[in-house]
Amino acid sequence: MKRTANFIARTLAVGGLVASLAVVGAVTVRADDQKLLNVSYDPTRELYQEFNEAFAKYWKDKTGNTVIIEQSHGGSGKQAQSVIDGLSADVVTLALEGDINAIVNKSGLIDENWRSEFPHNSTPYTSTIVFLLRKGNPKGINDWGDLIKDGVEVITPNPKTSGGARWNYLAAWAWADKQYGGDQAKIEEYIKSLYVHVPVLDTAARGSTVTFAQKEIGDVLLAWENEAYLVLEEFGTDNFEIVTPPSSIRAEPPVAIVDKNAEAHGTTELAKAYLEYLYSAEGQAIAAKNHYRPSEPSLVADQALVSAFPEIDLVSIDDPIFGGWKEVQPKHFGDGGIFDKLYAPN
Amino acid sequence: MRPSVIPGFGLSLGYTLTWLSLIVLIPIIGLFLKAAQVPLDEIVKIATAARTWHALEVSFGSSLIAALVNVVFGVLIAWVLVRYKFPGKRLLDAIVDLPFALPTAVAGIALSALYAKKGWVGSLFTPGGPLNEWIAAQTWLPFGLSSFQFDWKIAYTPSGIVIALIFIGLPFVVRTVQPVLEEFEAELEEAAATLGANRLQTITQVILPRLTPAILTGFALAFARAVGEYGSVIFIAGNIPGVSEIAPLLIVIKLEEFDQAGAAVIAGIMLLIAFAMLLVINLIQAWARRRFGDV
Amino acid sequence: MFEREGAVYDSRRPIAPHQHLRPTTERAWVKVLLISIALIYMLAIVVLPLIQVFFEAFRKGFDTYFASFEDRGAQTAIQLTLTVAAIAVPLNLVFGVAASWAVAKFEFWGKSFLITLIDLPFSVSPVVSGMVYVLLFGAQSALGPWLKANDIEIIFAVPGIVLATVFVTFPFIARELIPLMQAQGNTDEEAAISLGASGWQTFWRVTLPNIKWGLLYGVLLCNARAMGEFGAVSVVSGHIRGQTTTMPLEIEILYNEYNFTGAFAVASLLAMLALLTLVFKSLLEWRYGDELAGTRRH
Repeated sequence: MKRTANFIARTLAVGGLVASLAVVGAVTVRADDQKLLNVSYDPTRELYQEFNEAFAKYWKDKTGNTVIIEQSHGGSGKQAQSVIDGLSADVVTLALEGDINAIVNKSGLIDENWRSEFPHNSTPYTSTIVFLLRKGNPKGINDWGDLIKDGVEVITPNPKTSGGARWNYLAAWAWADKQYGGDQAKIEEYIKSLYVHVPVLDTAARGSTVTFAQKEIGDVLLAWENEAYLVLEEFGTDNFEIVTPPSSIRAEPPVAIVDKNAEAHGTTELAKAYLEYLYSAEGQAIAAKNHYRPSEPSLVADQALVSAFPEIDLVSIDDPIFGGWKEVQPKHFGDGGIFDKLYAPN
Repeated sequence: MRPSVIPGFGLSLGYTLTWLSLIVLIPIIGLFLKAAQVPLDEIVKIATAARTWHALEVSFGSSLIAALVNVVFGVLIAWVLVRYKFPGKRLLDAIVDLPFALPTAVAGIALSALYAKKGWVGSLFTPGGPLNEWIAAQTWLPFGLSSFQFDWKIAYTPSGIVIALIFIGLPFVVRTVQPVLEEFEAELEEAAATLGANRLQTITQVILPRLTPAILTGFALAFARAVGEYGSVIFIAGNIPGVSEIAPLLIVIKLEEFDQAGAAVIAGIMLLIAFAMLLVINLIQAWARRRFGDV
Repeated sequence: MFEREGAVYDSRRPIAPHQHLRPTTERAWVKVLLISIALIYMLAIVVLPLIQVFFEAFRKGFDTYFASFEDRGAQTAIQLTLTVAAIAVPLNLVFGVAASWAVAKFEFWGKSFLITLIDLPFSVSPVVSGMVYVLLFGAQSALGPWLKANDIEIIFAVPGIVLATVFVTFPFIARELIPLMQAQGNTDEEAAISLGASGWQTFWRVTLPNIKWGLLYGVLLCNARAMGEFGAVSVVSGHIRGQTTTMPLEIEILYNEYNFTGAFAVASLLAMLALLTLVFKSLLEWRYGDELAGTRRH
């Protein structure tokens, strides 16, 4: 009997110790620190890691307050859904205008005029879609038409869930539109055969990059320009090279304050300063350094960073062939939209 | 209820039911309420959509194959563990449970590294790999066998899903068959042998039928676990709709597409199937108890 | 027992002397073949993945390996995982004891249905397990506005992760104890009660000593699963680095940051936990095998 009582006492003691240690460990944030949660999409991990440090320093110098910036990354659509379900983001920095609009429409957490809150339609940096290839370009892929050559395997994520993937899709569409003089049937034929060449359809851009670079599947990765350069840095230029196609799309990943959440947390001012700092000389330089095309290139002190971006013929989402996100989203990516129609499993 | 001198019935059952309701029942009812908000024709449309259908097909198809493979090898492993003596047997016995204790995400990244084109196992079946080179060098083989070359991609294909599901299902078959085999009366086999059965006949006609309920239970457990598996599969599957997209992934994708109702409908279907699977397992065990006594 | 080998009479086929065998075993080469198949299968399916984890974790040397744990994300993930397990396992422990007491000691209508319900989380997809809580407590749910008004965070915070973990590990301890208590029967408890012990005294002094090893066994399995759950936690986590990422989620994040060594380093901790669990489990089985009823069944 006594042994059992001892056994229980010991078990409880160990359990209590573990629990109290864990609780003590969890409470490490000082009370007067301000916190800000930035919910972002996949490829911006490195950008915001650097930017957050710079902003925290700037904020400390300016106000004397310490700010801790929390990050959450994932597929753009999934991140927007999480915010709608209650992930208490103070700011969102997503891949698509459409994803922020979804937050506006489904939860009302963001003011519907968010696009006019910051310069350049609340887009502090832009990017484009380029090709990342195996070294030496063995399959000779130089333009969008080469993607559907026999034996070419294309890696791109699922446009239904990934913001980057939608830009990939639209860039291909824009090329085909020009190539086939707007012949709808031929454009759809091209897009359809493009996705037949895709062996792995990840849910987010970063997953596709891992598939291509680490798992070594496929001949070409359709990637954000910044993501492609990051791969060169992480995996070395011996194995990969970037080909910038003659034409592509101007991808505009927007930012917004999640007004209701920021009000509740009392972080509205902080959130505003945080996003505005993206437009500052330092913010723009950090963007350029991480291979995002700055919206205000003239502010960047080191102009070599800016001139490193290759010249490319860029189509905008607001051009007549697309007519803006509000039109593109349901037409191409909605349930039963063109992508669903073209991608029906055989 | 049979009167009992033991106290605590009200307390323990009350606590059980309350906790069960809070953690399991209310959330699940919530799910069905969400799915019920969807108009019926819409539910039918989601349930019969080609993509849903394919995802369920991939989930159930690969789970079925994995469970069958596990039945064959699981019974073999249980047999080896119970009947034979060999060095390292204890270790083998302990390690059978590893898939149960190892987190699925860890299993997923390890399996995908192992079975990728450049992985230790995956490279064996890749053209130009060491195994293929070895085969090509065996020119003495008849019938041009040496010109045979493996070209089998495992990771990021449906084969990869099956490998992951085999991994997680293995302990269930071994651990349900093993105890039955341990308690197997030697007299039965001896009687069969005395009556003129050769060893193969004894195994197929005496031992296997007696093992059937345990095998079926193990199969059903491995299958039920595999159908819902997510963590290990997403790392190793190619996630191509219609080819290697599993049903749990489709739920996640529906959530990411701002389609909670659609996700709830598919989740509801999977829940009903899970419940049905458990019912089948319990029926098998009840049947086995009636027929063979305890299994 | 028939000790004479080859004593079986077969009218159709006389047995050649070299075929003399014990009638209830296989030829030596068959044994070797079967053992080899079992070993190769286990090697390819179970052992190699485990080796792979440690191989990748130590690929860049010990320094890189240990440096992986100096990262704040990894540290908070380890802390969070411990916290979640420290809350979820005791909750399931109390539930498991209560449920097995009710099920094993009493007869009542609907008992097998109750057991099926307790089992349900085992066969529900982890993704669905996480999703039910999002639907219940999410901002868009019926409860959402009330929770928000009262400043209660469940989803995308620690409570949600704990809930999802409790759900996923729900049946483990109960399923371990129910067959054990059923096998032990009620006689010990009835004797104690008739000698004047109270209900609690009977539980602490009679039942608990009888089931303690089974209980510990269930706790081990429950703990391993609680620390390793990925799918369900992934749905409710929100993936806030340093706040709501558990170790399995941290592995995914590191993997997505091309930090494969870091991913496998964190994975190696979980793999070691799994190995430890197996060691304790084997010890329990070896030492107290008779006192564990459900040992061979999960």
